[in-house]
Amino acid sequence: MTTAAKDSGGSGDGGPPAAGYQVRLRVWRGDADGGGLAEFTVQAHEGEVVLDVIHRLQATQAPDLAVRWNCKAGKCGSCGAEVNGRPRLLCMTRMSALPRDEVITVTPMRTFPVIRDLVTDVGFNYGKAREVPAFVPPEGLAPGEYRMAQQDVARSQEFRKCIECFLCQNVCHVIRDHDDNKPAFAGPRFLMRIAELDMHPLDAAAEQDLDRRAGAQEDHGLGYCNITKCCTEVCPENIHITDNALIPMKERVADRKYDPLVWLGRTIRRRRG
Amino acid sequence: MSTVERRRWDVVIVGAGGAGLRAAIEARRQGRRVAVVCKSLLGKAHTVMAEGGIAASMGNANARDNWRVHFRDTMRGGKFLNHWRMAELHAREAPERVWELETWGALFDRTADGRISQRNFGGHEYPRLAHVGDRTGLEMIRTLQQKLVALQQQDHRETGDFESGLKVYQECTVTRVLTDASGRVAGVFGYQRESGRFFLLRAPAVVLATGGIGKAFRVTSNSWEYTGDGHALALLAGASLINMEFVQFHPTGMVWPPSVKGILVTESVRGDGGVLLNSEGRRFMFDYVPEVFKAQYAPDEAEADRWYTDPAGARRPPELLPRDEVARAINAEVKAGRGSPHGGVFLDVSARLPAEEIRRRLPSMHHQFKELADVDITAEPMEVGPTCHYVMGGVEVDPDTAAAAGVPGLYAAGEVAGGMHGSNRLGGNSLSDLLVFGRRAGLHAAEYAAGFAAGEPPEVAEEAVAAARAEALRPFGAPEEAAPPAAGAGENPYTLHQELQQTMNDLVGIIRREGEMSRALDRLGELNARARRMAVEGHRQYNPGWHLALDLRNMLLVSECVARSALERTESRGGHTRDDHPRMDPEWRRVLLRCALAEGGDGVAGAIEVARHAMPPMRADLAELFEKEELAKYLTAEELSEVLSPGSAAAAAAGGQPDQAARGTQGADE
Amino acid sequence: MATVQSRSPAGVTGPGRAAIAARQLRTDRWWLAPAVTVVALAAFVVYATWRAFTNTDYYAAPYVSPFYSPCLSENCVEMQGGPNWAVLGDWWVLSPALIFLALPLGFRLTCYYYRKAYYRAFWASPPACAVAEPHQRNTGETRFPLIVNNVHRYFFYAALPIAVILTYDTVLGFRNAEYEWGHMGLGTLIFLVNIVLVWGYTLSCHSCRHIMGGRLRHFSAHPVRYRLWTWTSRLNGRHMELAWGSLFSLALADLYVYLLATGVFDDPVLF
Repeated sequence: MTTAAKDSGGSGDGGPPAAGYQVRLRVWRGDADGGGLAEFTVQAHEGEVVLDVIHRLQATQAPDLAVRWNCKAGKCGSCGAEVNGRPRLLCMTRMSALPRDEVITVTPMRTFPVIRDLVTDVGFNYGKAREVPAFVPPEGLAPGEYRMAQQDVARSQEFRKCIECFLCQNVCHVIRDHDDNKPAFAGPRFLMRIAELDMHPLDAAAEQDLDRRAGAQEDHGLGYCNITKCCTEVCPENIHITDNALIPMKERVADRKYDPLVWLGRTIRRRRG
Repeated sequence: MSTVERRRWDVVIVGAGGAGLRAAIEARRQGRRVAVVCKSLLGKAHTVMAEGGIAASMGNANARDNWRVHFRDTMRGGKFLNHWRMAELHAREAPERVWELETWGALFDRTADGRISQRNFGGHEYPRLAHVGDRTGLEMIRTLQQKLVALQQQDHRETGDFESGLKVYQECTVTRVLTDASGRVAGVFGYQRESGRFFLLRAPAVVLATGGIGKAFRVTSNSWEYTGDGHALALLAGASLINMEFVQFHPTGMVWPPSVKGILVTESVRGDGGVLLNSEGRRFMFDYVPEVFKAQYAPDEAEADRWYTDPAGARRPPELLPRDEVARAINAEVKAGRGSPHGGVFLDVSARLPAEEIRRRLPSMHHQFKELADVDITAEPMEVGPTCHYVMGGVEVDPDTAAAAGVPGLYAAGEVAGGMHGSNRLGGNSLSDLLVFGRRAGLHAAEYAAGFAAGEPPEVAEEAVAAARAEALRPFGAPEEAAPPAAGAGENPYTLHQELQQTMNDLVGIIRREGEMSRALDRLGELNARARRMAVEGHRQYNPGWHLALDLRNMLLVSECVARSALERTESRGGHTRDDHPRMDPEWRRVLLRCALAEGGDGVAGAIEVARHAMPPMRADLAELFEKEELAKYLTAEELSEVLSPGSAAAAAAGGQPDQAARGTQGADE
Repeated sequence: MATVQSRSPAGVTGPGRAAIAARQLRTDRWWLAPAVTVVALAAFVVYATWRAFTNTDYYAAPYVSPFYSPCLSENCVEMQGGPNWAVLGDWWVLSPALIFLALPLGFRLTCYYYRKAYYRAFWASPPACAVAEPHQRNTGETRFPLIVNNVHRYFFYAALPIAVILTYDTVLGFRNAEYEWGHMGLGTLIFLVNIVLVWGYTLSCHSCRHIMGGRLRHFSAHPVRYRLWTWTSRLNGRHMELAWGSLFSLALADLYVYLLATGVFDDPVLF
C-alpha cells in the first residue's frame, strides 16, 4: 500500500493532486493451459484510463502481470483487450466512463490464442497481411512523378488511419465464433487493406493481371462478411470499415460477379468459345 | 535449463522503427539475408507517434526551397554543432526518400496540382513537411512495413518461404551485441519476450536502430521501448556516444490529466496557426526571440499573423522558433507564475481556425484531447508544457556509411545515432533522418556483410554467450559473483525505474545546474548499486518485471552519459540549458563530448568516461551558404577566418563536384 | 452429445483461447437493440401482410395507400387520375398489392442496413458485438440463399420507378376529395413526409452510392459524379434512420388511408 501511495497519480510537478478512489478489478490471469479471473482492489485517480490502473496493479501487486502496450496514446494499437466484455484499447478507455461502484472485468482479446494474462498471439493477423498482394507501382512513373488529387487519395487515406490494433479482427464473429473460418477469411482489417489498394489512384494491379476484387471474394472471404458492423463499432480510429470499405468492395464484386447481364454475356461467350 | 536458439544471418537489424525497417529493406535489396529484431510487434514502433511530417525540400509548396536552404535551417536549428556532412547528406537525399515511399504505396496529402503537400514547421524557412494529416509517422511505418512484406512475398514466390531472406523477430529484446576476439561484430544475444527463451543471431553486421532514451525521464512523449537500448549496446560493444548532453524537450506535451502527462501535442498546431498564451492571455513568445533569430522572426502580432497568408511578405511568428527556444520560454513563463492551472501554458487554435478546418487538419489532436482530457480543441485552448521528446546524442558514426566508430560491423541509424542534429533537432528532420540514414546503414551493412559471403564470419566466443545469459538471468537470483543476493528482499525494478525517472527529470531536466547534476550522479551511483540487488517474481514467460529489470541497465548507462556530459559542458546550447552558464560559447562549439565505457568498467555502474574532441570543420562551400554575420554568431574568430579564407573557398570552387570535395575534406578531418 | 461437442468449433470457449466459461461478459443492455428490432420488424410484417391481403380500404380520395400503388389490375378501385392502369387485365384476382409489393420488399430485404438488423436480431449472428452467436457454422453470404443478397442493386433499380409513382401519388394529394387542385389536407402532409423519407432511403442506399460514383477510381476525372457521390455519401450516413423512418411512414400513410376509407374520421382540410 505504501508503494501505491508513493505512486499516487504521478501528478508530481505543477498540477494539483488528483482525487483518488479504490476500484475493484477482475483481471484474467493464466496462459494457454488455463486460467481465470483474479480479483484485485487498486487505487485509481481522476482522469486515468484502464491501462494506468493495470500499470499500478503491476507496480504494486502483480509485477509479472503480462500486458502488451506501447505508446499509451491510442496511436500504436498494442493494448487491445476486452473491458467489461467489450473490445477496447486499454489506453483509450477512461475510468470515468465505467461505473465506479461496480467490478471492472478485463480480459484478453478472446478471438486469438492467449499467451499469458492479457497478451494474445496476434500472429493470425500478420499471416493474413502477407497474403494480400502488395501495392503495384505504375510503370513509367519515376519517383517524384506521382500526381494524385486529394479527393482521389482521401478514401484510401481513411483506411490508412488504421493502427492495426486488431480489435475489428477480434470482434468479428466470423472468426471469433468459428475457428474453422480462419483459413478462408482475412477479416475486416485486411479486406479493408484490399479496398485501400483497389481505390488507390495509381495502383497498377490490373496491368499485372491481378484482380483485387476477385481476390477479395475468392481468396480472402469477403462473402463471409454479413455486414453486422461490429468492426466499425469497435474501431478506435472511427474508420467506417463497413460502409466505406467492405460494402463498396461487395458492390465492386457485384459489378463483375453478380451482375446478371455480365454473367449472361460471359456464359454465352464461354459456350461459344 | 534452457538452450540458446541459434541462427545465422548476413545482417541483423535491432529495431523496427523507420530507420530499422528502411535499413532492412535496403539490405535485403542488396541481396543479403536480413533479420530484424524488435521489442514490440511489427508496426508498433515509436515512429508511429510522429505526427507533423517528413522534412524534405521538394519545393512543392514554395519553389524557392532546395537542399541548401534545408541544410542551412538544420545547421541553424542545431546551433552549428551538427556534423555538417550528415546534415548535407540528409538535406540532399530527403526528397528522394520521400518520393520513394510513394512508389511503395504511401498516400501523402496533396497539393492542388496533385503533388505532395508540404506544411510549415518550426525552424524551417519554407513549408517543407510532407504529411498525412497529423499521423505522418503511422503512414511512414505502415508503408515501410508493407514494403517489407512485399519483399517477403517476393521471396515466397521464389523459395516458398516468406522468411527465407527477411525475417522479423517480433517481441524480442537484444541484450548484447557480441564481438569476436578482434573486436568485430559477430552477432547479437537476446531473449524472446513471449517465452523468455534466449537466442543468438550470428551475423557479421549489426545495425542499431533502437531509437531514444526518453523513458529515463518522468515526463516524456516516448513509449516504453525508449530505454536507450542501442546506446547502451553500442557502449558495451566498444563504440562511443557523442552529444549526449543534448536532450530535446518538446515544448508542447499534454499536462492534464496526470495519466497522459507528456503525451505529444504536435507542432503542426502551431504551424497551422495555433498560438501560445500565458495566464494573462498574452502571446508571450514575442518576448523570447533570441538575438541569433531576431532577423528571421516577426517582432509583433500584426506581422506574425500576416505570415500565414503572405509568407513572402512577412516574417514567421515566434511560436515557430526551434523547439529548444519555445520549451525554455514556456518553462520561464510557468516559473514566473503566469502558467495555466495545471502547470503549463495555453495553446489555442480554436480562435484561429474554423472548427471544421481544425478537425480536418488536426484530426488526431482533436481526437486525443476529446478522448483523454475532455477538451474540445475547436472550442477551447489546450494546456501544454515541455516533455522529454528526443535525444540528439547517440552513437558516433561515419556520416556516409553510418558505421559506428571503433567497432567493425556495427552500424547505427536514426535517433540512436548522434551528430546529425547537433544540439537541437528541427521538427520533421527526424523522419527524414530515419529514411536517409536508415537506407545508408542498410546499404553499407549489406556491403560489409557481403565481404563475408564466401569466408567464415566472425566467431562468437562461447564464454561471451554464457556471460550474456548469466547477465540476463541475474534478476531471478542466478548466481553471480559481482552481486551476491542481498540479505533482505530484492529491489523492485518498478520502484528503481520511478526513482531514476524522477532523478533525471528533476536534476538533469530542461534547466540544469552544476550542483544538481552532481547530485544526480550520486543518485545514479546509488541506483546502480541497488540495481544489482534487483529481484523479480514469476517465471520468464512474458514477465514485464523482468523485462524492465534488464532495460534498467541501459537506462542507467545512458542517464550517466547524459548527466556527465551535461556537467562537462559549461555553456547553454540547443537542448542543453545551464542556469549557471546561460550563454552560448563559440569555443564550446568546437568541442564534441564523447562518452565511452571506462577502462575496466563492466557496464553496470559508474562506468562512463567523457572526453573532449574537436569538431570537424565545415566544408568551405557549405559555409558559404551562410552570411558572414550569421557565422560570426556561432564560430570563433579563428574559425571564421579559416572558413572564409580565399584559399579554402577557391579549393571548394575548383572541386566542382561537391561529393568529391566532401570526401577530400573529410579525409582531412580524421 | 459428446461427439457433437468435439466436432463443434467452440469459438470463444474453444481450445487455445483465454479460458473463460462465460460466452460473453458484457454488462450493458446489449440485448435491447436486437429485441427492439425484432418487435418493430415483426409488427410491420404482420401489419403489412394483413393490409396487403385484405384488398380493401386502400383508397380514400385523393389518397392511395402506398401499398397499393401502382395498381395495375382490373380489380383495382377507381382512382381518378390515380396510379391505376389496368395493364394486367382481369386475370389477376388476388389483391393487387401483391403484384408490386415484392419489389420494395426485396429492396429492403437485400438492403445492407436491414441485413445487419435481421442478421443480428433474428438470426443472432451475432446478437450483439462480442456476444457469441449460437450457431455451429457460419458461412456468411457465401452460399445460397444468402448469396442472393448480392443482387441488391437490381432491387434498387426497381425501387426507383416505384418511388417515382409514389411521388406522383403525393402530387395527387394536393387535390381535395372532389379532385379539385390546390388543396391540402393532413393526409397531404403525411404523404409529403413519407415521400421525402422514401426518396431519402432509396437514394442513401449503398448501391446507389456505388453507382453514383463509388465505383470510380478517379473522382478528379468525374467532377459531377464526385459531387453526386459526396451527396449520396452524406445521405448514406443516415441510412439506418431513413430505413426506419420510411418504414414507419409507409405504414402510417397506409394506416391513414385505411382510417379515412373506413370512415373513422375525415381528412382535416388545411385549405
